[in-house]
Amino acid sequence: MVIDLDKCTGCGACSVACMSENNIGVLHNETDKIRSITWLRVYQIDNGKAFPDTEVAFIPRPCMHCQGGKSGTPGQAFFQEAPMDEAAHPPCVSVCPATATDYDEKTGIVSQIPTRCIGCRYCVAACPYHARYFNWYDVPWPKGTPRALSPFVSPRMRGVVEKCTFCYQRYQSARNKALVDGSEVGEMDYQTACTEACPSGAITFGQLQNPKHKVHKLISSEHTFRLLEKLQTNPKVYYMSKREWVRKMADNYVTRHNKFAQAAAQGGHQQ
Amino acid sequence: MRRWFDDLPKYADDSSWWPKGTKRCRPEFFLFWLGVPLTLLAYFTVGAVLCLALGLNQTNMNDYFAFGVWIVVDLAVIGLGAGAFFTSFLNYIVGKTELKPIVNAAVLIGFICYVGAILMLGIDIGQPIRGWFGFWHANVHSMLTEVMFCITTYAIVLTIELLPSVLDNRRISRVPEFGTFSHNLHTIMIVFAAAGTFLSFFHQGSLGGMFGVLYARPFADRGGLGIWPWTFFLFIMSAIAVGPSFTTMVVMITEKITGRKLTKHNVKMLMGKISGWLLVVYMVFKSADTMWWAYIKLPAAGLTMDQMYQAPYGYWLLWVELGLCGWLPALMLVQEKVRASYGWMFVAMLLACIGITLNRFVFTIQSLALPVLPFEKFYAYLPSWQEWGIASLVLGFGLLVFMLAYRYLPIFPQEPELND
Repeated sequence: MVIDLDKCTGCGACSVACMSENNIGVLHNETDKIRSITWLRVYQIDNGKAFPDTEVAFIPRPCMHCQGGKSGTPGQAFFQEAPMDEAAHPPCVSVCPATATDYDEKTGIVSQIPTRCIGCRYCVAACPYHARYFNWYDVPWPKGTPRALSPFVSPRMRGVVEKCTFCYQRYQSARNKALVDGSEVGEMDYQTACTEACPSGAITFGQLQNPKHKVHKLISSEHTFRLLEKLQTNPKVYYMSKREWVRKMADNYVTRHNKFAQAAAQGGHQQ
Repeated sequence: MRRWFDDLPKYADDSSWWPKGTKRCRPEFFLFWLGVPLTLLAYFTVGAVLCLALGLNQTNMNDYFAFGVWIVVDLAVIGLGAGAFFTSFLNYIVGKTELKPIVNAAVLIGFICYVGAILMLGIDIGQPIRGWFGFWHANVHSMLTEVMFCITTYAIVLTIELLPSVLDNRRISRVPEFGTFSHNLHTIMIVFAAAGTFLSFFHQGSLGGMFGVLYARPFADRGGLGIWPWTFFLFIMSAIAVGPSFTTMVVMITEKITGRKLTKHNVKMLMGKISGWLLVVYMVFKSADTMWWAYIKLPAAGLTMDQMYQAPYGYWLLWVELGLCGWLPALMLVQEKVRASYGWMFVAMLLACIGITLNRFVFTIQSLALPVLPFEKFYAYLPSWQEWGIASLVLGFGLLVFMLAYRYLPIFPQEPELND
């Protein structure tokens, strides 16, 4: 996925579409943002300057579907679709004691199995992007609304963790259709709900390694970046911005005048 | 001198159940003081019922503080309870039989710590009814899986290690079958001590590994040896260093409360010496680890120490953990003069225990409190009254079991001769 932050207006349509597509409930108190569930959260950032130099940007943040493991460029088998090249190691997957989350080597999607989750929240602690959400409450579905839920996504129960799945149910349905047609899953056959809902076309979705897909071309732009690249989580969500201050906001940089620390930082910045 | 309560009627005489050659307070007083742990357990019950019935929204945890006071207490008591396996290891396997008078107490304290921790974890997970999934769908790559397996099996080992003390009760041992069983258990105790050592070594390490493997959380992330982060080894070292101190401290507190001598001072001094030297070794490695983390690891992630220690979790935590409650008790306990003094040894052991608790606190809370994304907010966390209720389980359960064991079981073999 590639998100052009210069096109994002922060309207939140992606979040709403995500909630609707994935049967995310609305709690009694949605102002408690550190306990409510928003698979795709939109952050607002600014350049820290006073008016009239103030600039604002919005960062939609789905699950990054980290691969972890080896760093490198897309051309260097960064996202291996041929399994067994190198074991994927997302921060959240290996920690789960009950194998309730997994890394799909074929699609690169980090899955979540709510019915197997024991609710230990170790994966929530492991994720630096805060992309994982725990169900602190029972969802108070208003009378009649369950009939309007999507039949392709199971609503989650209290006490389990959930997260963005890149609308995996859409991939399953596209795969089934391709199987019946005897074709392959095309770029437009599988698009996430947030991609479709974005009114300014800021979100592009596809296979990063497929040269025919638009995202493959986009990630070679000099303006693309990912969040917290230094931690070597290898996210599959790329961002684009021509504004340098926005790109700088994506990671941490040693600013203290410390020769030793700066030298180490340069050595540690692999990507 | 006649005391006012000497004329009160005796409702029950349980003296035939007391360990041979010992004296205990009257049953009425004992029942009265049992009120303390029972009150704590009632508090726990209220919190537990609320959390189980209404969910973990009863706590102040959230998606930023996925772990809270329960995990801190769990890690701390499991670390402090390490005196059980390490004292058993030294006594049964290394052959340090001078520790025999304190082994029973160490096992009892370990049993309390582990069972208390397991009970708390049962509330801590969002789906307690699925707790067994960790065994059935075990993910062998997860440090938490290892923790689950090891603390459960080690709690069973501790129960078996404690069983001879129960069977050695004056009344129970009169039953010939129990007496024989107890004798046979004593003879094979080395097997359980070895099993306990193996299990405990691993899960103390895994508890540390749990944090060290969080490679996207710069406060906790540590490199390591193979699949084991440095915290794996540091947690083992800190647990075996402070476990004997905690055991000795509990014995000393019991002595002060009951007014009876329970073990000879040379036994306590030996425990202090073991604790002190192991603490020195731990502190050397811990200090080196901290320096490496501060000057190599953090800058590589684009961060500095200043960002890691923000109010209210400021630098004071580091100095208290490594200085006041790390190096200071280590240097105190290696000195014979300090160990010879009942009071100073107690102070040093108390500081060491606070140090390990702080270490578990920072790894749990501070790791999560610090935002990693540059545009994220910093949040602080304070537990709710329901969380404190559940955390008080360890204390309530511990006091209850320890009071009952002290009154009825021969936990302290030196007590009769020391109180003639």
